[in-house]
Amino acid sequence: MKRAIPIFVVLAGLLVAIAAANPFFLEPAGFLAFLKRVAPLAILAAGQYFVIVSGEFDLSVGSLVTVEVVVAARLIDGDEAMTWPVLILLVVIGLLVGLVNGLVTTKLRVPSFITTLGAMLILSGAVFLWTGGAPRGALSQGFRVFGREGVWAVAILVVVVVAAVLLMRADFGRTLVAAGDNEKAARLSGVRVDRVRVFAFVLSGLSAAIAGILLGGFAGVSAQVGQSLEFQAITAVVLGGVVLGGGRGHVIAAIAGAFTLEALFTLLNLHGISGALEYAVQGVIIIAAVAVGGLRLPALRLSPSKA
Amino acid sequence: MRRLLVAVAALALAAAGCASDLPPTGASADPSAAPATSAAASSAPASAGTGAQSDFFVQADYDTQLAMRSQTAEGPADKPWEQAIAPQMVDTAKYKKDGPYHLCFSNAAVNNPWRQVGWTTMQEEVALHKEIKEFTALDAEGKDDKQISDIADLQAKGCDALIISPNTTATLTPAVTGACPEVPVIVFDRGVETDCPVTFIKPIGGYAFGADGAEFLIEKVPAGGKILALRILPGVDVLETRWSAAKVAFDKSQLQVVGVEFTDGDAAKTKSIVSDYIARHGTIDGVWMDAGATAVAAIEAFEDAGVPVPAFVGEDQQDFLQKWKDGNLTAVAPTYPTYQWRTPIIAALKILKGEEVPKMWNLPQPKITQDSLGTYLQPNMPLLHYALCGCESMPGFPGKWGGK
Repeated sequence: MKRAIPIFVVLAGLLVAIAAANPFFLEPAGFLAFLKRVAPLAILAAGQYFVIVSGEFDLSVGSLVTVEVVVAARLIDGDEAMTWPVLILLVVIGLLVGLVNGLVTTKLRVPSFITTLGAMLILSGAVFLWTGGAPRGALSQGFRVFGREGVWAVAILVVVVVAAVLLMRADFGRTLVAAGDNEKAARLSGVRVDRVRVFAFVLSGLSAAIAGILLGGFAGVSAQVGQSLEFQAITAVVLGGVVLGGGRGHVIAAIAGAFTLEALFTLLNLHGISGALEYAVQGVIIIAAVAVGGLRLPALRLSPSKA
Repeated sequence: MRRLLVAVAALALAAAGCASDLPPTGASADPSAAPATSAAASSAPASAGTGAQSDFFVQADYDTQLAMRSQTAEGPADKPWEQAIAPQMVDTAKYKKDGPYHLCFSNAAVNNPWRQVGWTTMQEEVALHKEIKEFTALDAEGKDDKQISDIADLQAKGCDALIISPNTTATLTPAVTGACPEVPVIVFDRGVETDCPVTFIKPIGGYAFGADGAEFLIEKVPAGGKILALRILPGVDVLETRWSAAKVAFDKSQLQVVGVEFTDGDAAKTKSIVSDYIARHGTIDGVWMDAGATAVAAIEAFEDAGVPVPAFVGEDQQDFLQKWKDGNLTAVAPTYPTYQWRTPIIAALKILKGEEVPKMWNLPQPKITQDSLGTYLQPNMPLLHYALCGCESMPGFPGKWGGK
């Protein structure tokens, strides 16, 4: 948890800067709007955290979010009665894609970078084929309420955060980190590494389904809704001090990383800088955060002997 | 620990800090100026918020297009896709040949609802003509290189006429130039930098589109009102012309453009940007858009913030028209009519029959106003359908376009 302290300091600094530029941010409605906007990325970051801390990657979540929204619009087509069946279907799709990613990675021994890159391409290709390049249909008001009403989005976010923390405190969390830290040692001490990793991918798929439901609700159908979300989620996790390659980092810090990234985007937007620069900022962050993490490693190795 | 903390904090704050040092040219207004804006509104030059004029702005084209808006088009009154404004006819006798014909089409993409509606409309137009025995179409999927090879492939297929909707202007010009000696070429939608095609078909154009929206806001929003301009991307000629014409109009007005933002055509991003502006300025009195696909997301930002929806510029998509009617909005919808996808087929047949066609086929480009809203709002059509398809009397309507 000590690794997580810097991210909270940075986040606090950014929130103060936003409040200084825009006092509306301090009002309940303003802060609620911010939380609503963060919720999808924070949930994706939580899902991505499980995969990264176990030593893998999930690059497919962005495309999966797009698939979820496009499928929802096409199947619901404005019909309120379809809302709940489709919501359930979306969750099933998320779980299924996660399961396939997990099984291919662990059983077929395809590196997760390749597995999920492949899944990303397959999913975006499938969406393109199915829609002909532009989405059809419409979401129902009942579907959109989750992403549009701030209270709902925040409630879902809280549930996800609590569930993620509880999961990490349970046996699953410990074995997951152990699998990411030292796979061999974990196996030797009886951890079913493959099983926890598959479960991590399933959780990531589930997070993409929930994020898709929130994003579709927030702004309606769009074929670009999931674009580059996988990189935002990975950036958020890395920003939270979680080590790529697995074994170290806290889920709350990863979620705080999502808050920080979104706060940074909000601040840039408030200062009239948007668009392409967001990518550049993300790129700098991801490289710098990993570089800084690497610099610290020798210091870490010294500390046990001193303790 | 401390070193990491300092490094990350410095990184994040430096990124934010250096960003705010950039000069507020182009995309955006300086937020530090925002508190002063309401006081200074009536006296400050209104041009302050619109930035520098686009490199794509050509005064002569601007003048021509704005004049065309009030000119009467020639042709059948109930078929705007056959009409032409100020046509300069060219002789096509040398292309005359007997049917049946094989028409070919190199399409830039079908990657947005506008192009989907247009593409459906074109296919239905082909189905209307018995003398077309074969219609070969290749989709370049938004890639210049694919379209260049598509155009080459089509020349080997024995086409009697080649229709091209170029993906980008400059890059496709050599491919079009190469095809011209082989087969009569018809270009529509986006242009190319050569006059070798037999005819170039387009609605009046981007300047007229941009000016229609801006003039509406200038008429409806009281002096000093705050305008937010939303654009998709910089650097695309057809979009640059829309904004540059709006800029000219806003600069001459008493309105104050508080921001010009790029949305990437993304609904979520649009909604976030508009929410930020509402938060920062309290009220926005008018929203100008260079394309209406994300207009509904922008309107929702006002609804979700609990403030009245201001005067709006959208487009002829059904979701916007529906929102306009339901919310009783003050709105206008300039259009870039999808009925222009009918015209190239008609033009190809005219050329092959040796009938003269306009060298520059300027189609009328109507705007939807409060008075004509009822005509264009079609609740039986999909939300993403474009109303000006000119397809209502075609045999496949409405099913082929996804309507009920």
